[in-house]
Amino acid sequence: MDIKKFIENFAFQFDETDSSLFDAETEFKTLDEWSSFVALTIIAMVDEEYGVQIKGDDIRNSKTIQDLFDLVESRK
Amino acid sequence: MSKESYNPFSLKGKRVLVTGASSGIGRAIAIECSRMGAQVLITARNDVRLAETLSMMDSADNAMYIADLTDDSHIDALAKFAGNIDGLVNCAGIVKHVPFRFNYREYLDSVMEVNFFAPTTLTQHFIKRKQLNKNASIVFISSIMGGFVSNVGISSYSASKGAIAAMSKSLALELAPRGIRVNCISPGMVDTALMADGIVSDVQLEKDRLNYPLKRYGKPEDIAWTAVYLLSDATAWMTGSNIVIDGGYTCI
Repeated sequence: MDIKKFIENFAFQFDETDSSLFDAETEFKTLDEWSSFVALTIIAMVDEEYGVQIKGDDIRNSKTIQDLFDLVESRK
Repeated sequence: MSKESYNPFSLKGKRVLVTGASSGIGRAIAIECSRMGAQVLITARNDVRLAETLSMMDSADNAMYIADLTDDSHIDALAKFAGNIDGLVNCAGIVKHVPFRFNYREYLDSVMEVNFFAPTTLTQHFIKRKQLNKNASIVFISSIMGGFVSNVGISSYSASKGAIAAMSKSLALELAPRGIRVNCISPGMVDTALMADGIVSDVQLEKDRLNYPLKRYGKPEDIAWTAVYLLSDATAWMTGSNIVIDGGYTCI
């Protein structure tokens, strides 16, 4: 898995947040646009792009995009 | 009639088929129907959990039949097994939490298949074979998400529940000459395994509960008692209705 591509896929699910604001250390839940619906979108994106089914609690327990990346990679 | 035996909500002498009886609302309906005196036939895909439901039911007169209602040959076999019935409760249902932008045809199909096509096809089989006794009652489980309100990420679910509610009104008219009644129940959120798929976290669910004026989600029994009501002769003059039972959610 490529972290750069993961960040790109992650950022693409946002509509209002500039993509330059996303990097591996971004604490995504602090973003203004973050919502439970965006969480749902991230879950669907991870399923589609990486074939991994993550859950609401996985999102809740991840702080940074890197955290989520590591989690997805560990389940591939 | 003695005071003790007076009960217009009794299901004594009725033979009822409940689908999706291995868990949640379907299981509660099967159990409550048996407690109210019905002979209950239950069906679902999972044999272990279905047998568990059977063991929780009153009286030994009940029976179970494993079937996948998305398979027409199973529907055919189930109808043969069930014979003539006085009540049919279509509970089997699924939900898929997915934002519209990821809602591919495959997801839409799978939800429509279980929530709309399967119950419709099963009901059609019983009608075609004249296996519904005079004055029988058909119940479909819709949802407040089937047209009253909705939520993000459940467009397929909403569509399927809206479809079943709309379909049942036409069916009610077709079956009225034979005294067969067709009604829907539209619950708000009910505590079942269907909701606990983990996509929506428990923390979110805890918060959502408080959006209900009665400050909780429904219990499967809350819905089961409504089903008992619709199956009983107490609702002999009720057809084409859609009962909302939602802890006050749609009042807001």
